[in-house]
Amino acid sequence: MGRLLAILIWLITAGTAAFFAWSKTKTGWWFPEAISEHAAAMDSQFNLTWAVVAVAFFGAQAALGYAVWKFRSKGNERATYSEGNTRIEIVLVAITGIVFIALAITGQRVWANLHLNQAPPDAVQIEATGQQFNWYFRHPGADGRFGSTSPKLYDDTDNSVGARPGPLGIDPKDPSGKDDIFGQTLVIPINRPINLTLRAKDVTHNFYAPALRLKQDAVPGLKINLHFTATKEGKYEIACAELCGQLHHQMRAYMRVVSQAEFEKWLSENAPK
Amino acid sequence: MSDQVQTSHAAPKGFIRKYIFSTDHKVIGIQYFFLALVAALIGMLMSLLIRLRLAWPTERWPMLETIFPEGFKDGLMQPEFYLAMVTMHGTIMVFMVLTTAPQSGFGNYFLPIQIGARDMAFPVLNALSFWLTAVSFLVLIAALFVVGGAPLGGWTFYPTLSAIPSAGPGQALGADLWIVSIALFCVASLLGALNFITTTLNMRTSGMTLMRMPLSCWGWFTTAVIALLAFPVLLAGGILLLLDRNVGTGFFIPSGLVVSGKLIEGGGGSTILWQHLFWFFGHPEVYIAILPGMGATSHILATFARKPVFGHKAMVVAMFAIGLLGFFVWGHHMFISGMNPSVAIAFSVLTLVIGVPSAIKTFNWLGTLWGARIRFTTPMLFAIGFVSLFVAGGVTGLVLGQTALDVVFHDTHFVTGHFHLIMGVAAIFGIFAATYYWFPKMFARTMNETLGKLHFVLTFVGVYAIFIPFHVLGIAGHPRRYADSSGYEFLQALDPLHVVITIAAFATAAAQVIFLVNFFWSLFKGKRAEANPWEATTLEWSTPTPVPHENFGEVLPVVHHDPYEYSVPGATKDYVMQTEPNSF
Ligand code: HEM
Ligand SMILES: [Cu+2]
Ligand SMILES: [Cu+2]
Repeated sequence: MGRLLAILIWLITAGTAAFFAWSKTKTGWWFPEAISEHAAAMDSQFNLTWAVVAVAFFGAQAALGYAVWKFRSKGNERATYSEGNTRIEIVLVAITGIVFIALAITGQRVWANLHLNQAPPDAVQIEATGQQFNWYFRHPGADGRFGSTSPKLYDDTDNSVGARPGPLGIDPKDPSGKDDIFGQTLVIPINRPINLTLRAKDVTHNFYAPALRLKQDAVPGLKINLHFTATKEGKYEIACAELCGQLHHQMRAYMRVVSQAEFEKWLSENAPK
Repeated sequence: MSDQVQTSHAAPKGFIRKYIFSTDHKVIGIQYFFLALVAALIGMLMSLLIRLRLAWPTERWPMLETIFPEGFKDGLMQPEFYLAMVTMHGTIMVFMVLTTAPQSGFGNYFLPIQIGARDMAFPVLNALSFWLTAVSFLVLIAALFVVGGAPLGGWTFYPTLSAIPSAGPGQALGADLWIVSIALFCVASLLGALNFITTTLNMRTSGMTLMRMPLSCWGWFTTAVIALLAFPVLLAGGILLLLDRNVGTGFFIPSGLVVSGKLIEGGGGSTILWQHLFWFFGHPEVYIAILPGMGATSHILATFARKPVFGHKAMVVAMFAIGLLGFFVWGHHMFISGMNPSVAIAFSVLTLVIGVPSAIKTFNWLGTLWGARIRFTTPMLFAIGFVSLFVAGGVTGLVLGQTALDVVFHDTHFVTGHFHLIMGVAAIFGIFAATYYWFPKMFARTMNETLGKLHFVLTFVGVYAIFIPFHVLGIAGHPRRYADSSGYEFLQALDPLHVVITIAAFATAAAQVIFLVNFFWSLFKGKRAEANPWEATTLEWSTPTPVPHENFGEVLPVVHHDPYEYSVPGATKDYVMQTEPNSF
C-alpha cells in the first residue's frame, strides 16, 4: 500500500502540473487578455507568486510521497526514535517566513498604486451605478459636473439618455444635470486615466472587469473611487462579482474602449437634446 | 492538574435517559457524529444539484421537477433554487458538519477519555449544547420549505440583500429562519466551548500535564478557545440583522436605498459593519473547522509512523499561534469591500505571516514520517491524505492573501477551489481518519480495511479531480455564485471544464456509498474489536472496549509518559502506553 500511495501522490502532483500547463495553452482557460496600465505589474506579481506556490506544492508533495515510499514498515524493525530537530525547524521557519513576507510586501506596490494614489485631476470622470440586475454609467457632459441625484426620484420606467430623473434619479431642476449622459455600456477613451465612482442603489454589487484586472464592490450608501487607464481599443465584458440576488449572474454590461476622437464623437452624439 | 474527587455514579437506566437525553459525553459525542453524518449527506446531495446546473444549465430534469415542483419549473433548475442550494450547502457543511463532527463529536467522546476524566465538566450543559444544535439544524432545514423561498444570500449572508425582506426571492421568512438557526448554533457552540476549556484545564488525571496531552486534545482545546471568542461576535451580528429585518433598526442599512421600486425607510447604518462582524467570526471559523483535524492527524500519524510527533512543543505552539493570529486577518476577505485600503495592507501582511505556523505544521508532519516504519491502515491513509490536501489548499492562500492579486481572484472559483481543499475536504479527511481510527473504540467493532482503502483511493483522487479544475475556472475569471455562465463570452470556453468537474463530483459522491456500507455493516456485523487494536499509547486505548460507564473502572489511570512514546530504544515493545509504570 505504501508504494501505491506514494505513486498516487506523485501522479496527482504531476497531473496537477500538467493540467495547469495545458490550461495555459488553451484559449479561455487562463487569464483573459489584459488591457490596463496596471495589469502587467499584477500579472508579473502573480507569476512570481505562482512560482513560489509551485515550489511549495511540488516540494511538499514530492517529500510526502518519498516518505511514504521509503519509510514503510518492514517486519519488526523499529522506527528511528526522534523527538524533532530544533535546528532544522528554525532554518525552515526562517526561510518560509522571509519568502512569505517578501511576497506580502512586493504585492503591495500594485495595490498602493491602485488605491492609495488619487486619480490625476485631468482624469475622465465617470459614475457607475449598480442595481438589481444591471449597470448604469454616467458621464458629466460638457460642463464636467454631475447633476445631483436623489433616491426619491429614481424612475426605472424610462431609461433613455435624456430621461430626467430617469433610473439614476437626476434632479431635473439642477442645471449641471441637464447635459449628463448615461447608458448601460461603459464607453471610455484609450490611454487616459479614468476615475470611476461606484455606487449602488439597493444591495452590494461588484464592478468586475476581467480585462482591466479590476474588481471593486459597489456599496449602498458609499461612493467608492477607482482609477485605471485602458491601453487597448475593443469591446470587453463587465460582470457583477458580489452576490446580489436571484439574477446576479445576468448582471452583465459591455465596456468599449475607443480612440479619443471617437470618444468625443460619441459624447456629442449622445448628449441629451 | 486536578486533585478533584471524581465521584462515580451508577449508569442511567431506560432507553431515553441512556440514549436520547443522555448526559454521558460518549453518547453525546455519538449523537453529534450522527447529526453531522446526516447533515453531510444532505450537503453532499445539494452540491450535486449545484453541479448539475453548472454543467448543463439549460437541461430539463422532469424527474427532479416531481420532487421540487417550484425549484424545477418546467424541468429547468431555477436560478433562485440554484442559489438556495449554494447557500444551504455552504451553511450546512460549515456549521453542521465541520463545526460539529471534529470538535463536538470526536472531542466530546475522546477528550475526557484521553485526559483521564470520567465525563465533561458540565454534563447537563453538554446535553443542552447538543439539543440546541439539533434544534438549530431543524430550523435551518425548515428554512428550505417556507413561503417566500429558501434563503439564497450565500453562507456569508451579506446585507443589504439579507437585511431587506423585499429584495427578491429567499429574503422573507427563509432568511429569518437562517439567522435564528445560526444564532442558536452560536449559543450551543459557546456553551460547548466553555465545557471543553473547563474540562481540559480542570479534569486531567494525575500525571497528565498539559504537555503530556495528546495533540488531539490540544486541537480541541485550542478550537474551544477560538470558538469562545468568535461565536459571540457572530451571535451579536445575527441579532442585529434580525432586528434590522423585523423592527427596522437599520444597523446594516444605509439611508436612501430603493429596493424593488420602494424606498426603504430609516437607515443610517453600514453594510460593511456586517462584513467586519461576520469575518471576525468567519476567519477563526475556518480554524475551528480544521484545528481538530490537525490534532487528529498528528495523533494518527504518530500512531502508525511508530514514532513520536516531530517537534511536539512546536506543534502546540504553532496551533496556538494559528488560533491567535487567526483573529487578526479577517480583513483579507474584505480587500475589495470598500474598506480603508491602507488597513488592507496590514491584513495582507498578517495573512502571509499566518502561513508560517501552517508551514511548521507541514514540516513536522513530514518530520514525523521521516525515519518511520509506517503501517498503512485506512486511518493512516486519510491522515496522509489530510497533509497532502492541506498543502494543496494552503499554497493558494499565498495568492489570495495579497491585496493586489485578490483584486483579480476575489469571488471567483479560484476561491472556491482554495477553500474547498483546505477547509472543506482537508477537514473531511480529518473526519474520515478519525472515524476509521476511533470506530473500534466507539462501537466496539472493526471496520473493513479493504473497503476502507478503496474508499480512500477513490475519494483522494476524486477530490483533486473536482477542486484543481476550479482554480483554472477562477484564473480564467469565472465568478462564483453564478447560476449560469452562458451569458458571458469570456466564459464560453470553460463549459467542458464544468462538465468534467460535475462528472468527478458524481463519481466521488458515489464512492461515499462504499463508506456508508462499510460503516453501517461494521456497526452491526464487524469483527469484535480488542481494547488496543492499533497498539497505540494514549489513554483511550488503555481502557476496555466497550468503554465502561464513566470510562475507567474504580480508579482513574495515572500517567507516566509523553503521549507518543513509540519505538523507544530499549523498551520491550515498540510502544509505551502512557499508563505504563516507569520501569519498563
Ligand atoms: C462533494 C464535495 C463537494 C462539492 C462537489 C462541492 C461543490 C460546491 C460548489 C459547486 C459550490 C458553489 C461555488 C460557488 O458558486 O460559489 C460550493 C460552495 C460551497 N461549499 Fe462545497 N462542495 C463540496 C463539499 C464541501 C465541503 C466538504 C464543504 C465544507 C466546508 C463545502 C463548503 C462550501 C462552502 C462554504 C461554499 C460556499 C457557499 C456560498 O457561496 O455561500 N463544500 N460547493
Ligand atoms: Cu450585482
Ligand atoms: Cu480568512
